[in-house]
Formats: sequence, structure tokens, C-alpha cells
Amino acid sequence: MRLPPGVSSQDFSSALRQFEEAIGKPWVFTSDEDMDTYRDSYSPFWHEDEDPVPSAAVAPDGVEQVQQVVKIANAHKIPLWTISTGKNLGYGGSAPVLSGSVILDLKRMNRILEVNEHNHYALVEPGVSYFDLYRYIQERGLRVMVDAADPGWGSVLGNAIDRGGGHTPMRDHFDAHCGLEVVLADGELLRTGMGALPGAKTWQQYRYGFGPYVDGIFSQSNFGVVTKMGMWLYPQPEVHMQATVTVPRHDDLIPLVDIVAYLMNSGIVTSTTQFATPLFSGPQEDSELSALRARPDAPSAQELEQLFQRKNLGYWSVDLPFYGPAKVVAAQWEYARQRFSAIPGATFQEGKLYRFPLDPKELEQVPNPVLLGVPNLAIFGIGGPRSQGHLWFSPIIPMTGEAVFEAQKVFATAYRELDLPVIAAGQTFFGPASNYPRCFLILFGFPVEHDIEKNRKNRAAFKHLVQIAAEHGWGEYRTHTAFMQTVSDAYSFNNHALRRFNETIKDTIDPNGILSPGKCGIWPKHLREAKP
Amino acid sequence: MKNGKAALWIVLSLLFAGRALAAPDESAVEKGRQVYQKWCLPCHGDGVGKPGTDALAEHYKGQKPAVLEQRSDLTPEMIRQFVRHGVLFMPSFRKTEITDADLAAISSYLTRNNKPKP
Repeated sequence: MRLPPGVSSQDFSSALRQFEEAIGKPWVFTSDEDMDTYRDSYSPFWHEDEDPVPSAAVAPDGVEQVQQVVKIANAHKIPLWTISTGKNLGYGGSAPVLSGSVILDLKRMNRILEVNEHNHYALVEPGVSYFDLYRYIQERGLRVMVDAADPGWGSVLGNAIDRGGGHTPMRDHFDAHCGLEVVLADGELLRTGMGALPGAKTWQQYRYGFGPYVDGIFSQSNFGVVTKMGMWLYPQPEVHMQATVTVPRHDDLIPLVDIVAYLMNSGIVTSTTQFATPLFSGPQEDSELSALRARPDAPSAQELEQLFQRKNLGYWSVDLPFYGPAKVVAAQWEYARQRFSAIPGATFQEGKLYRFPLDPKELEQVPNPVLLGVPNLAIFGIGGPRSQGHLWFSPIIPMTGEAVFEAQKVFATAYRELDLPVIAAGQTFFGPASNYPRCFLILFGFPVEHDIEKNRKNRAAFKHLVQIAAEHGWGEYRTHTAFMQTVSDAYSFNNHALRRFNETIKDTIDPNGILSPGKCGIWPKHLREAKP
Repeated sequence: MKNGKAALWIVLSLLFAGRALAAPDESAVEKGRQVYQKWCLPCHGDGVGKPGTDALAEHYKGQKPAVLEQRSDLTPEMIRQFVRHGVLFMPSFRKTEITDADLAAISSYLTRNNKPKP
């Protein structure tokens, strides 16, 4: 039997017996086959000893059982790694940072406690997936729309507290939450915001309550186990329409981004805008574009500009999704078009107008309906049919054209130095995209393979990219468990003052360090020096 | 263990392909259909945006149906292997997601078209 680090066989056996008494024997797992299902299916450590594997998994079915499990773990100083649906693929899946941790699997806690279509919110447990919430809403004909993360089996709660993002007006998932219920390391139960008021009538409406607003310290952290969360939903819109603006020249990106920023910060465009170039979005069968995509060097912007102009493709495009009443959407798009007309040669394309409730037959024809608030798994086709998984390098950069150009140059150079495939003119990343307000998220896909040498090379490259990004003032919004320490190391202002502050909180509220050791670079005191 | 998942996929396909089964239990098949719809259809259904079906279409190149529900050569052993251990970009599924009873029901559903033993 694998043991948690620093725990004797006798203590662990005793704890397992107590877990079984607390939550039932069928929901305490220790077999090798079961432990394999808790490994990261997209692990960058395939076939390597460093691949984290848990010692056991426990799956409580209610907050009282979570409290019992945490108390038992605290008494035996057993590390717990909390997962919700456990499908955080690309960011660590269901595997812990610290090998030998016991997985606290909250998938069975899958109750949708309320969906309110008048104030537009839901109250959910951690095991509720986007699929579950969407199905619940559809079965009852409720007039609200879910903003789903790209993988529909993700947890509504888990994705929000991991600060994941989506595409529709409620795309910043942590920003859209309202009220948490949290089990602390000693088993104490805490409710945040208005939830601190017994019998509160506005736990999911007024997020701040009274006194310090502490919700943020339970996101991307290991300070508690979140067992309930309120989530604001978007009222079911009358229509959705996505429009595309295309501009002809390389340097047109600067005014294009300026106008998008103005429209977004004014509330005229309220959803994720996605920028692209024909290198990715142009016709896949075009032989000249295909040759460019495969070229090892980086053709100049002028060369590309001439090619794109000859093919009448434009150099840059941006997708603008609109939601709301048909008249409002039409007015928003008309105004946006007027602003973009200041860029000579800008062209406009209106996408299909979808009316809600959606026609099921129409929906079947949509390759990726996530923009319509319909969860799906289409994203998993991203690596092609022989893909063995992926992970993401995902820095945040300023929302300016100049910043995009700088990022292209910096990362294209880094890719060449690291011997990673460079796509023409520095197009090493997807996007940029505005999944979060006031900034751009850029995504670099890293393939995960069952090849030790390739994974070692990619891990080293990933760490190097984190450092290069940090040198330019760019940091990751979120990362895979394998790189949490590296990314945490980069957020080092004033000798890691923020991390030291987090460690002070950790030592105070979880002195035995049992909750998710190593999460986002926060280690308990006894593991801080000797961390893996 | 997770070594050689892709190779195992092919080996299992050969080992168990076409293996005959007892006549299916209708209630188990119906339960399996429901579980399949919840857990498998988003990736293995028919139509656009179904990466599991797309991957199988690429793998079999028309020699076998890419949509799992149309197959008649799957076995409970194969299904268990893929669900509990994953293959390629398909992840493993835990017992808190798909219980052993649910997995048996999925097997009943996906083997309902298999030819009975002579």
C-alpha cells in the first residue's frame, strides 16, 4: 500500500478505517486500478517516477461527511488533494501535486440546490458539471443561460474557483460567483458574503456581506474545501449573433484592438472577443498557406501582408459575440461597425442569428455550441485524432496591438531557441482573446505524449517560457499542477511578499498542512523547505 | 497501469473483436442507454463536434462504424479497459463518475447488437 508522506502504515490504516466509518466502505478507494483513475490522463510525466499518484481516494456525499473526512485527516496529518469533477485536463486532471496525497473526490456532491430565473443565479455543489446544470435548466424550461468552460464535463464550482473562463457575458467565472460555503482544515464550516448572516435572503444576490471580502483567498488556493457556490447566470437572451471584422494590414491590429477595448470597456461588446489571422483561420486546403504554416523560419509581416492581400483574406480578424434583445444587438453591431470603419479597408461579416430557445435541429449542426451556452466536448479534437493530451501555457498580456506584436516577437525567438515549432511571423499562440476584462489571454498548446524524452524537453521549454514571460511583465493566469511552483516563483515582487503572506495564512488556518499541499506554490510549513 | 494504452487498444480490439455474448437483458440495455447518453454521447455521438467519433473514424477508415452505438464487436472487457484506463486523448473515468454498475449497464447497451453464441 502506498502511504502519504510522513504517515506510518499503522496511522494510515487507522485513518482509512475511520474514513470508511464516516462515509461508507464503498467510497474509500485504495486499489491500484482505482488509483490509476486518479492519475492525470494528460500527465507530462508519463512513464516517469515523478508522475504523481495518490495513496487513496475518499468520496463523501455531503458537507457533514466532508467535515468528518477533514477532521480525520487533520488528526492523522494526512494530506488531502481536493477535486470536484476531476476533469481539469490540461491543468492537472484529478492528480495531486504531492504524490501520496489522499484525493478528496467531491464528484458525488452533485446537487443543484437552486436555479433562480428571476434573479438569474444557481447554487451548486462541487460535483455539478456544466452538462448537469444545462440539463437541469433545459428540463425545466428555465429562462437562464449557462456560460460553460470549453470542456462541458468541468465543474461549475471547480472551474470558477480555479478562475477559469468562458465566452459569453458571464465568461469570467470567479467574477460571476456569489457566496461560498467552505470547510476549513479543522472541520469548521464557513459561509462567505451574506451567507454569514443566519437565514440570509440574499446569499446569491449581494456578494460582499459585511467586513473583509475573503472569497478570493479560496480561489486557486489550499485554504479550505469549497462545498457550495452561488453562480450568477445570464438571462436567456432573445438572440445571439457573432460578427467578424477583418482588416487588411499588419499594423491595423493597433487601432483594431483599441476599438475593441473601447467597445468592451463601454459595455457595448460584453463577451469574449477572439483575434485571428489567416495562418490559422484561413482555408486549410490552401497550399500556399499550408506551406507557410510548415515553414521552419518566420516570413516577414510584409511578405504575409502581400500574400493575404492577393488572396483577399485580410491580415487580422476579430470575432465579436453579441447577446440580448434583437434590437439591442442590432444597435450594438451597427455602432461597432461605425467605429471600425475608421480603419481603411475594414470589412464586416454578420454570422447566423440564433433565437432562443434554440431549435434542437438547428443546434445539431453547430460544431461547437459553447457560444450558445451549450456545453460540449468539441475542444478535445484540438490535438487531432491521435492526440495523447495537451496542456496550456497561458500568459496574460496587455490589451493593445503593440503588446501582441511584442509577445509574437519574444515568443517566436524563444520558440526558435528552444527548438519548438515556430509558425510564420511569430504566430506561436492562439488568440489573443478577451476571456477576462481589460487584458488578453494568449494560449500556447503543448502536446503531452507517452514519450519521456519529448515530455522532458517540453517541460523544460515550458519553464523557460514562464521565465521569459515574467522578464517581460507577463504572468500566467492559471497553470498545470506540474508548473505551479515555477509560476508561483515568477510572482516574486518584494522577495515573494505575496507568497509569504499566503504562507502566513496557510500556517494559521491549516497548521498541519493537510489541504492540497503545493497547490499554486503554497506549501505547509513542514514541507516548505523539502518540497518535491 | 497506463503503459502502452494505444498498443493495448489495438491488441484488445483483436483479442475480443466479435466475441459472442449471451442475449441482452432489456432493462439493463435501457439503463445502459441512459448512462451512455450522459457520459459517452458528448464525445462518441453522431454528427459534428464529436472528437471520439472523429478519432475512431480516422482509426478505422470505414472498416468499422465510428459511432460506438453502431458497433457489434465490442466486449465488456474492452469497454471496461477504455473507461477505466482511457486511450489516447480519452481520459480514464473514476467510480465516482461511472460506477461499476453503470459500467456494466453501458456494456449491456453497447453489446446489444452482438450476435449470440451459435
